[in-house]
Amino acid sequence: MPLITFVSHDGEAKEVHVESGTNLMQAAVDNGVDGILGECGGVCSCATCHCYIDDAWVAKVPAAEDLEKDMLDCVLEPKDSSRLSCQVEVSDELDGIVVHLPESQF
Amino acid sequence: MSQEHCIIIGGSHAAAALAAGLRQEGWEGKISLIGADPLPPYHRPPLSKAFLCGDKSESELLIRPADFYEKNNIDLVLGSRVTNIDREKKTVTLHDGGVISYTKLALTTGAKVRKIPIEGSDLGGVFYLRDLGDVQQIKKYIGKGKSAAIIGGGYIGLEAAASMRKMGMNVTVLEAMPRILQRVTAPEISAFYARVHQEEGVEIITEASVKAIEGSGDVNAVALADGRSIPADIVIIGVGVLPDVELAEQAGLELDNGIVVDEYARTSDHDIVAAGDCTNHFNPIYGRRLRLESVQNASDQAKIAAKTLCGNLTEYRALPWFWSDQFDLKLQIAGLSQGFDQVVTRGDYANTRSFAAFYFQDGKLLAVDAINRPKEFMLSKRFLAEGKNADPVKLADESVEVKDAFEG
Ligand SMILES: Cc1cc2nc3c(=O)[nH]c(=O)nc-3n(C[C@H](O)[C@H](O)[C@H](O)COP(=O)(O)OP(=O)(O)OC[C@H]3O[C@@H](n4cnc5c(N)ncnc54)[C@H](O)[C@@H]3O)c2cc1C
Ligand code: FES
Repeated sequence: MPLITFVSHDGEAKEVHVESGTNLMQAAVDNGVDGILGECGGVCSCATCHCYIDDAWVAKVPAAEDLEKDMLDCVLEPKDSSRLSCQVEVSDELDGIVVHLPESQF
Repeated sequence: MSQEHCIIIGGSHAAAALAAGLRQEGWEGKISLIGADPLPPYHRPPLSKAFLCGDKSESELLIRPADFYEKNNIDLVLGSRVTNIDREKKTVTLHDGGVISYTKLALTTGAKVRKIPIEGSDLGGVFYLRDLGDVQQIKKYIGKGKSAAIIGGGYIGLEAAASMRKMGMNVTVLEAMPRILQRVTAPEISAFYARVHQEEGVEIITEASVKAIEGSGDVNAVALADGRSIPADIVIIGVGVLPDVELAEQAGLELDNGIVVDEYARTSDHDIVAAGDCTNHFNPIYGRRLRLESVQNASDQAKIAAKTLCGNLTEYRALPWFWSDQFDLKLQIAGLSQGFDQVVTRGDYANTRSFAAFYFQDGKLLAVDAINRPKEFMLSKRFLAEGKNADPVKLADESVEVKDAFEG
């Protein structure tokens, strides 16, 4: 099972193991990582699952679709590494990925 | 270990957020979540969308995995209905007669479907759609080539129609009003959804007066008052919900179209909080009391209620938002449009599948319905929450960026 490290805005890291095929939002919610809310349940409607992919991993994550990109343009503090975590599927290739959480989802 | 015991009655979106919220806020006492549904809290929205057409499995519906509750020391008492609250003794009684003591109580009893008396509604294949159990039954009656009649052209009815059409079924929507979505949107949006549903092959009959549901054993048609007969292997009735206030009423709590709560989600008994579809609360952004039926409200208000129980009084102040997915249409709604006197559209709603409708009252922006327009939704959601107004002329002009239509 791939390992994911969530790093909160104030630098606290939490490591979780999840099944391939799940998404990063669900991985966070299932493991009580509070910085991700995921209110719409992962259908790309709410943007309360915003995260930043660690620079070392950005290239390994498949690119966002247009809808997600438009949402990301309008989140608080967008960066090039911004993603909606519900749209990033965990796979064996992402084993070890580091994900940073924003200060706020609103 | 503290002697405190919080009992949460419900078991859906609000209950899940309340239980998790209590632990996040540092609640050290016991937590019991008592729900009538046999499953741990699950997402309801997919029931008419991805789950109905088979794109999502049952285990993918869970809001949190079952072991989350175990790890956080939250006792799940599922498939169990609370039948009585004794506020003096501070106990609740379960349907099997068991009595449990609480120090704090949270009501997240949600809403139940509005039932209508129609001849034949007890036939096999006639359903309301609220719980997973409903959809498990519905799934036995759907499939490619079969016919479905949906009574009620609101969001849930239209979503069910889209899901079943996607599966290759013949779908007819029967709406009593002159247009679908009449209670909740502007005529432009109704016309838009009617057009897309028709393009996708769904038949919509407005001003339909249902006389009876017909069949023997199982349904086979819906008879309309004008003499028409709509063939149907399955009928889904979606005509709205009512707040479930049965327990609150029995307990003698203040009611008024829902359980009346203050800005901290407290009921008229301050040891009892309530959150979600069952509450009537004040919204400071719109300056009036509301009862909402949305995941946003269930989760956000539940978090406020959890804070209150932990002694951290925080005002509930959130901009309502909602979504609906039908075919390739992603609708995102920010704010509440009730009371609008002007609608401004951005984009071509008559010919394309992407536009936004902005609702104004006395020149003040109230809400937006954004269809395949995530930027319009995201920016309006943020700016409405901040109390900013927008210029209707600029919003209607696609050459002006959305954010530039809002005041600085
Ligand atoms: C098909 C469908 C699609 C939807 N789509 C969307 C959408 O796209 N977006 C959106 O924002 N919202 C949507 N909603 C609305 C959303 O699901 C509700 O707003 C939300 O579920 C409210 O959560 P709640 O916890 O307040 O109450 P509910 O979900 O109504 O849950 C209340 C629970 O309490 C239990 N209960 C009641 N009384 C007792 C008792 N005495 N003892 C024990 N248990 C009890 C009930 O069994 C129920 O499980 C949809 C709803 C449905 C049915
Ligand atoms: S969970 Fe809502 S957009 Fe990701």
